[in-house]
Amino acid sequence: MTSFFRIRRSVLKLGAALFAGALVLSAPVQQAKAADPVKIGFSMALTGGLAGAGKAALIAMEIWREDINKAGGLLGRPVEFVYYDDQTNPSTVPGIYTKLLTFDNVDLVVSGYATNMIAPAMPIVMSRKMVFMTLFGLAVNEKFNYPNYFQIMPAGPSPLTDWSIGFFDVGMAQTPKPATIALVGADAEFARNALIGARENAAKAGLKVVYDKTYPPATADFSPIVRAIQAEKPDMVFIASYPPDSAGMVRAIGEVGLKAKLLGGGMVGLQYASLLSKLGPSLNGIVNYDFWVPEPTLKFAGIEEFLKKYQEKAAGQGVDPLGYYLPPYAYAYLQLLGNAVNAVGSLDQAKLGDYIRKNTHKTVVGDVTFAPNGEWSTPRALMVQFQGVDDSGLDQFTKPGKRVVLWPEKWKSGSVNYPYAQ
Amino acid sequence: MDLFLNAIAAGVLLGGFYAAMTIGLTISFGQLDIVNIAHPSFIVLGSFCTFVLHEHAGLDPIAAGLLLAPVFFCIGIGVYSVYYTSFERRGDESLRGLAFFFGIMFIMEVLLIMTFGVDYRLVETWYIGESIHIGPVGLPFRMLAPFCVSLVMAGGLYLYLSRTFTGRAILAVAQDRLALQLMGADPVRTKQIAFGIGLATTAIAGSLLIMLGPVEPSVGRLYIGRVFAIVVLGGMGSIGGTIVAAMILGVVESIVATFYGPSWAPAVAFGFLLITLAVRPAGLFGR
Repeated sequence: MTSFFRIRRSVLKLGAALFAGALVLSAPVQQAKAADPVKIGFSMALTGGLAGAGKAALIAMEIWREDINKAGGLLGRPVEFVYYDDQTNPSTVPGIYTKLLTFDNVDLVVSGYATNMIAPAMPIVMSRKMVFMTLFGLAVNEKFNYPNYFQIMPAGPSPLTDWSIGFFDVGMAQTPKPATIALVGADAEFARNALIGARENAAKAGLKVVYDKTYPPATADFSPIVRAIQAEKPDMVFIASYPPDSAGMVRAIGEVGLKAKLLGGGMVGLQYASLLSKLGPSLNGIVNYDFWVPEPTLKFAGIEEFLKKYQEKAAGQGVDPLGYYLPPYAYAYLQLLGNAVNAVGSLDQAKLGDYIRKNTHKTVVGDVTFAPNGEWSTPRALMVQFQGVDDSGLDQFTKPGKRVVLWPEKWKSGSVNYPYAQ
Repeated sequence: MDLFLNAIAAGVLLGGFYAAMTIGLTISFGQLDIVNIAHPSFIVLGSFCTFVLHEHAGLDPIAAGLLLAPVFFCIGIGVYSVYYTSFERRGDESLRGLAFFFGIMFIMEVLLIMTFGVDYRLVETWYIGESIHIGPVGLPFRMLAPFCVSLVMAGGLYLYLSRTFTGRAILAVAQDRLALQLMGADPVRTKQIAFGIGLATTAIAGSLLIMLGPVEPSVGRLYIGRVFAIVVLGGMGSIGGTIVAAMILGVVESIVATFYGPSWAPAVAFGFLLITLAVRPAGLFGR
């Protein structure tokens, strides 16, 4: 009996010692866990053709990281980025996201810049059931139908058509009403998607398509294309082009003297400071999409403070010095994700997805609510017209009146000059 | 008819630009058998240097290109010296030499990114955006200037190669190195000069490229296939052949883009290259 009590006492002592030991050992583990950073993984175009936008986006994302870490981080933990250069090469993207999720064990993933880099990441992200905040992908989720896909570009719930609907609405509201349209775009993912939507919008508007062609990358001279369009005498010309092509198109349009009543629509690059300052007055009259311009109707809470920080950081880094186009949205997609994590109180991907889907989110680009397909529930791809641009350089674009918002009505800041004249 | 004439004119002007891009490669690849895959990257370097001289010194792009040519000539001599010492002298030039130029291409891209960033750069001068009209044909100065510069450059090179001792030595060095030595010329020195000339032309081509449209550090990759195709089509080493091949490619691209759709233009142009090589494997002006 005595020996039984002795053994029991020894077991109790051992148990107490183990419990105490476990407490002692677990304390630093718990402390380490609380101090562990929340890792956000992504690919970004830091070299190659999209690097100009990619680096600008990265600066904006770093500003958000600084802001959130100053405010106490996510779930009380500091935020850390794990990112790799995708070299503007879609074939590198699946490998990057596999590494991020398998070896780097990131807690959250967001996309790199643009459609061509988002689409290849989708199967990897979907297989891990991660929430995927994406940056400027046009209609990527139309094919995947992934419920945890959320896209920050304000294309609208039917992105293919919503993205260019403003161009057609502006055109069809004019007198005399346009009757014919030419469609031209680059042979690449974004431009092809934009052209699909433009075709549908043209059909809905009753416009006769008189030219519908794509051009290959590395097109050096656009004057044969512009002349071929001119020969068809279209009233409207919808162009879906990438930055170097947009500059080539603008110059060729001026040199050939293209006589259309309304032209532009989907020209990427006519938002970049480097092209704006050099193309100058040749931009006048072009109606093109944009996402933010310094017009009085677009003063969202926090955007000016953000732009001030961005412009300080961007100076001398060889990136867009103004940062109106992509950087506010690169900040906003992390701001939205970060706010969701803090609101949900965990990194549970299903709960995060639910929260993002069901709520309206306050960001530096305004209030954002998502449609079931992860696109903005209300389209806000602005159609702006270049007006009164002179050759005085970049500073003029920091003031209102040079890129007048024509559409949507809610954000309109001026009237269209119609028909088109440089 | 007006559309056709304009398509021909645009193609000829475009061909002139392609010729300017290619002429240096005709010397290094066609005549010296050096697979300088970094040739378009040197053109981009020329564009960025032109941009600096234009922005900070107010120089006209073409004048900037001419000013940069001697500097690029010296760079070419240096690059060839390294290539010769490390690969050609040891007989390793075929594969390792190719890797060497690949390496130079990537290093230059990274250096350009580190120096200038990744934003697009372009230049604006009084004649860009203006055109002259001859009857129904419009000739934009933006294309006409590269065309003229290209013809002058090709003419100058042709005269140099055919009329001077060093020029004839350059033509001879790839064919018979020993015979060249017997004539009292140093083959290594001759190749150094030839490679230097090839690189000097990239400075001028770079100034023309940035006149055409915006450049960023990796834009050279887009032109690799085209410039090598023109050298092969022209007959590997013929200056006249390069001009004719570039014009043919330009005109074919322009006509196809105007009448059948621009996305067919490269396919038809490269199809033409394949047919030519099937009929005449040495190229248009090859021996």
